[in-house]
Amino acid sequence: MSEEIYGIVASFKDTPSLYHAAEKVRDAGFNHWDTYSSFPIHGMPEAQGQKRSKVPIFTFAGGVTGLTLGTTMVWYMNAFDYPLIVGGYPFFSPVFPFPIMYELTILLAAFGTLGGMFIMNLLPQHYNPLFNCAKFLEVSDDRLMIAIEAKDGQFDPVATKQFLESIGGFDIEEVTA
Amino acid sequence: MSSDTTDCSIDSAKQALLDKVAPATLKDQNLVTNNREFSWVTNKICKIVESNTPNWWWVCMAVALVTASFTLMGLIWLVSTGVGVWGLANPINWGWAIVNFVFWIGIGHAGTLISAILCLLKQGWRTSINRAAEAMTIFAVVCAGIFPLFHVGRVWFAWWLFPLPNANLIWPQFRSPLEWDVFAVSTYGTVSVLFWYMGMIPDLGILRDRAVQRLTAGIYEETSKLRESIARGTDVFRKYFYGVLAMGWRNAGNHWRNYEMAYLLLAGLSTPLVLSVHTIVSFDFAVAVLPGWHTTIFPPYFVAGAIFSGFGMVLTLMLPLRALYGLHDLITQRHIDNMCKICLGTGSIVGYAYIMEFFIAWYGANPYESFAFINRAFGQYSWAYYIMFSCNVFTPQLFWFKAVRQNAALVWIMSILINVGMWFERFVITVTSLANDFLPSSWGYYSPTIVDIFTFAGTFGLFSTLFLMFLRFLPLMPIGEIKFIMPQADPHGHSDDDGKESE
Repeated sequence: MSEEIYGIVASFKDTPSLYHAAEKVRDAGFNHWDTYSSFPIHGMPEAQGQKRSKVPIFTFAGGVTGLTLGTTMVWYMNAFDYPLIVGGYPFFSPVFPFPIMYELTILLAAFGTLGGMFIMNLLPQHYNPLFNCAKFLEVSDDRLMIAIEAKDGQFDPVATKQFLESIGGFDIEEVTA
Repeated sequence: MSSDTTDCSIDSAKQALLDKVAPATLKDQNLVTNNREFSWVTNKICKIVESNTPNWWWVCMAVALVTASFTLMGLIWLVSTGVGVWGLANPINWGWAIVNFVFWIGIGHAGTLISAILCLLKQGWRTSINRAAEAMTIFAVVCAGIFPLFHVGRVWFAWWLFPLPNANLIWPQFRSPLEWDVFAVSTYGTVSVLFWYMGMIPDLGILRDRAVQRLTAGIYEETSKLRESIARGTDVFRKYFYGVLAMGWRNAGNHWRNYEMAYLLLAGLSTPLVLSVHTIVSFDFAVAVLPGWHTTIFPPYFVAGAIFSGFGMVLTLMLPLRALYGLHDLITQRHIDNMCKICLGTGSIVGYAYIMEFFIAWYGANPYESFAFINRAFGQYSWAYYIMFSCNVFTPQLFWFKAVRQNAALVWIMSILINVGMWFERFVITVTSLANDFLPSSWGYYSPTIVDIFTFAGTFGLFSTLFLMFLRFLPLMPIGEIKFIMPQADPHGHSDDDGKESE
């Protein structure tokens, strides 16, 4: 197998140093890179220069679908396809199907949220070259890492390594694809 | 703390006075005690799943399975004979089945409250109990679902409850609260599973990585070749089992960004959901015209009662787990205090509702309504009313005292009393109103049969079986979220140093 480089990983000693290193990588203008930590870090998206997550769009789409589905379903079943007289109630009104509309809105919005999280994170993706790096697996425990990918325009095997070292990185390694 | 407020214009005497009157900096007890490291948290929680199965687990599992078989026997008995084997007869056609349904659904509510409402309120202490509480929610909904499902009589037609085309060309009747209930409970179960699963993805990734690390290192210090290969085989299983479930989670900053947003949104969706579920459950009663049921107080009263009983159940489960697994640094006295205080608050709301029901029955001047409440307290079911009232109203009042909250054994006993009381609350509401309604000629007295008792007792076994399986196979606590509330996770330096931001 060819020794093609996927990227370079560097470890950082604690959360503040990872945070400030991330700011420096962002300011250096890299595009294809990420931080790795086994817990969410407050303010990290800003330090990485990431925009607000797009998951809410999927939630909203799910919610609107659920609301529409609930309303039309009750109307179709109880007022159009098989109108049934029950206790003198109207065949359709926005009031009695409200629980159905409400629950379906939440149900599909929840599916939209989970699906949106998967889509925005490009998951499921069971293989990634980073998993080949033994030190990367330690991120699951307490290691904090930054990985800069080779597909980044600014990537250079030597200069990027030096750059990571200059911002406080240690255990710097190349990860092969 | 006030060194930086020193101003040259203030002389030392004034400064001394200022220091004296300055508000004290009150430090909350840390949520993770004993200054633990990140890796301690990872190991502690993962070892619950990875270490050998403790003996007590096998004993509990055996007892749970035997108990769960009671439900199976009860249901086989019911399906093979007919719904008449339950103690249902006119005028009481909602007996234990509905009581048990409301009881179990109510228990589930604390899980969603902890994972959703406390998340929105930024209560950091929820982290170490929310996973187990969510698991409790799901298993409680499973137990709850059994009762209405079999109460329909011909369970093989239960799919008619859902809006699916059938040979009769007829659709569900959406004007009925019972149909609303179908949607509310099935949505609740589904969303709870989604929320639970999404919260678990990072932890499943951790378990996957640890299995891979052990397999790569190949260090298995077992006493025999056989044990070694079993350990290795288990890790291969773990690698794939957790690997598939973790969906390739990589702990990336980008992952966390979307995950945090999705988590917040699911919390925001679950909050109105959990409030709506017990509201709709209470509509099953409140929409009927029966005295004692037909009241507007039911939705808030049911929701408060649900949270009350749910926290009772969380305490019942977490206190033994804390002792068995030595989780005292993660489930601290502060956690127990907070849960006890929520029990106290919701228990007081429930007590207020009991008293207010009586007031409204009198103030409403409806003779049937007045009778219904006098009958509850002094009629043929007064014994149940007194069990309910003493367990639900008096028990939680003891939580005012710190000494009580600090006595884990006492808290545990009280948490069980709360659950007993809440079961009787549902019994009192369901049965007394049905047994003595408008016409004395149609009054009756309801007693459960052996099949009722078997089916209900067995659900505790089913619940325990599912919970024990959860303990063995899934991470008990959200590792990432616990690390998030630790001081080391603060990107601006430890919050317990001089308060200066690094840099």
